[in-house]
Amino acid sequence: EKTRTGFFQNILNTLTNCQIDDDLYNDLEEQLILADVGPACAVRLVDELRDEVEKNHLKTGEEALDALRGIICQELTPRYPLELDGHPAVILVIGVNGVGKTTTIAKLAHLYKEEGRRVMLAAGDTFRAAASEQLELWADRAGVPLVQAGQGADPAAVIFDAVKSATAKGYDMVIADTAGRLHNKKGLMDELGKISRSVKKASPEASLEVLLVLDAITGQNAISQAEEFCRAAGATGVVLTKLDGTPKGGCAVSVWENLGLPIRFVGVGEKIDDLMPFDAQTFVESLLPEVPAHKED
Amino acid sequence: MAFESLTERLNGVFKKLRGKGKLNEADIKAAMREVRMALLEADVNYKVAKDFCAQVSERAMGQEVMESLTPAQQVVKIVNEELTKLMGGDEPQYLHIKNKGQTVLMMCGLQGNGKTTHAAKLGKYYRSQGRRPLLVACDVYRPAAIQQLQIVGEQAGVPVFTMGTEKPEHIAQQAMAHARDHGNDIVILDTAGRLQIDDALMDELVRIKEAVEVDETLLVVDAMAGQEAVNVAKTFNEKIGITGVVLTKTDGDTRGGAALSVLAVTGKPIYFQGTGEKLEDLEPFYPSRMASRILGMGDVLSLIEKA
Ligand SMILES: Nc1nc2c(ncn2[C@@H]2O[C@H](COP(=O)(O)OP(=O)(O)OP(=O)(O)O)[C@@H](O)[C@H]2O)c(=O)[nH]1
Ligand SMILES: Nc1nc2c(ncn2[C@@H]2O[C@H](COP(=O)(O)OP(=O)(O)OP(=O)(O)O)[C@@H](O)[C@H]2O)c(=O)[nH]1
Ligand SMILES: [Mg+2]
Ligand SMILES: [Mg+2]
Repeated sequence: EKTRTGFFQNILNTLTNCQIDDDLYNDLEEQLILADVGPACAVRLVDELRDEVEKNHLKTGEEALDALRGIICQELTPRYPLELDGHPAVILVIGVNGVGKTTTIAKLAHLYKEEGRRVMLAAGDTFRAAASEQLELWADRAGVPLVQAGQGADPAAVIFDAVKSATAKGYDMVIADTAGRLHNKKGLMDELGKISRSVKKASPEASLEVLLVLDAITGQNAISQAEEFCRAAGATGVVLTKLDGTPKGGCAVSVWENLGLPIRFVGVGEKIDDLMPFDAQTFVESLLPEVPAHKED
Repeated sequence: MAFESLTERLNGVFKKLRGKGKLNEADIKAAMREVRMALLEADVNYKVAKDFCAQVSERAMGQEVMESLTPAQQVVKIVNEELTKLMGGDEPQYLHIKNKGQTVLMMCGLQGNGKTTHAAKLGKYYRSQGRRPLLVACDVYRPAAIQQLQIVGEQAGVPVFTMGTEKPEHIAQQAMAHARDHGNDIVILDTAGRLQIDDALMDELVRIKEAVEVDETLLVVDAMAGQEAVNVAKTFNEKIGITGVVLTKTDGDTRGGAALSVLAVTGKPIYFQGTGEKLEDLEPFYPSRMASRILGMGDVLSLIEKA
């Protein structure tokens, strides 16, 4: 059924969208806004498209759509790989409450273990009810060891211990969980700074990636989240979760536009292998699936 | 992110028009462009924002500008009144708790939005009102979901009914028998997070509602949600029938436009808002406060109240 309407829609599009006009630009802008790219960023991207249409003498709606996809795709393609060559390679996972940090850690542990790395987890969420029980179950499923302390323990100390222990036992990667926190809570954000400093203290040879987890359904608040997590904890990349739902995850585009944080992985489900490296092409195709059909109103 | 208040935005639009006179079509059109941008930046759904602006334009057309207000303030006043109306009026609404027998509340919604935490918050809230709530662990999937509910239940001083990973509808049914035997008058079902497009899991909620008489089906919505909040709420409402909303994580700096979107598509009231991770962080929802939060109108509201 879906492909059938898609098919007729496309015929309609080729009939109505031969020309590139203001309606088309408006519709593309609307698509971007509906995907949570945000009004300001959507306007900026469509302006870039106008320039490109003029420069390259584009004619049809399809060509314009491809050009817009191209613009976004080029911007989102990470320019350098993750830094994972330290001893150990540490990945610190941060973000607001409930976005999928703990689940993402399980998925990362699984991924890197399959790649032949020796992975250890650190239960840096010592606050939330049953957080370490949850991570313990995931560690078992992934088949990796976990360093944990009691409820209320100092998270920086737990992560320090994990990095020390990994170094001593010959593990080459530590993935650390942290408690969810809203980015406008100063005390909790300062704690993150302390946590990330504890990594180098435990091992000067360690490398550190700080991945900010964003729920794909997040709206424009994602920008504020990214700003604060960059400031307090030096976030280096984004994991966009719950892309198996209906949201397009356009908030990550505005985060890129505003802060230059590359998207590294996408979460596409609740199972341990539901994590994929970020692919800009696939992402952009789902962000802008087809030429919008012109509406009457 | 620094937000420009709506009045500041509109002051720019009305630079020429000072004090008296009528609001004309061109002025209103320009003003509505600003209102629309502000709504979109606040994550109000695109279509909801469009309809809302059309409604406000109609009301603003040809209005006499009041002596006491600038044209910008006048438009903000109309926007605020319409927004408050759309959000459900000035007063908070309360859940309908029966005086006899058991009232059953079911928490449902997307993953990670705060169902388990808010089940416990509601338990604590009603316990402090002299009720005898019971929490029921119907999330049989999420790792450590049951332990989590047991811990927050204990913190709230509310008993927790668990049956491991049995079928959730069966657990709910048994919980009702338990509640009757133990004199629990409010039964709060915590369910697993699910996507609205996951038919198998959506059917599970329908089966729970067939197994026990659910009085309030509460959709738990994260205040930071963007444009898709509309489709989530609409589909949950169509597939299982919700009776109200709990808006969570309002202690952040989000404008919270999702609240308006959800209301606009479901017409169901927002009963409570979550204002923190602790179990006492639960407040009745004030539509008018949320209206001014969405558009950053707090600055003029006191002025307008006098006008
Ligand atoms: N559908 C879907 N659900 C996900 C995904 N990632 C995580 N989840 C679910 O989201 C919920 C929250 O995940 P957690 O990993 O506990 O999130 P968290 O960020 O650690 O939460 P806090 O520690 O409470 O801040 C769980 O129900 C997960 O199963 C995803 O990619 N897709
Ligand atoms: N700041 C803040 N955090 C909240 C609020 N409500 C819940 N949380 C946090 O959000 C995270 C997720 O809450 P849960 O209650 O586990 O969410 P859930 O909907 O039960 O999640 P799943 O069962 O995985 O679908 C936890 O870290 C909670 O502490 C709130 O109002 N404010
Ligand atoms: Mg967690
Ligand atoms: Mg839960």
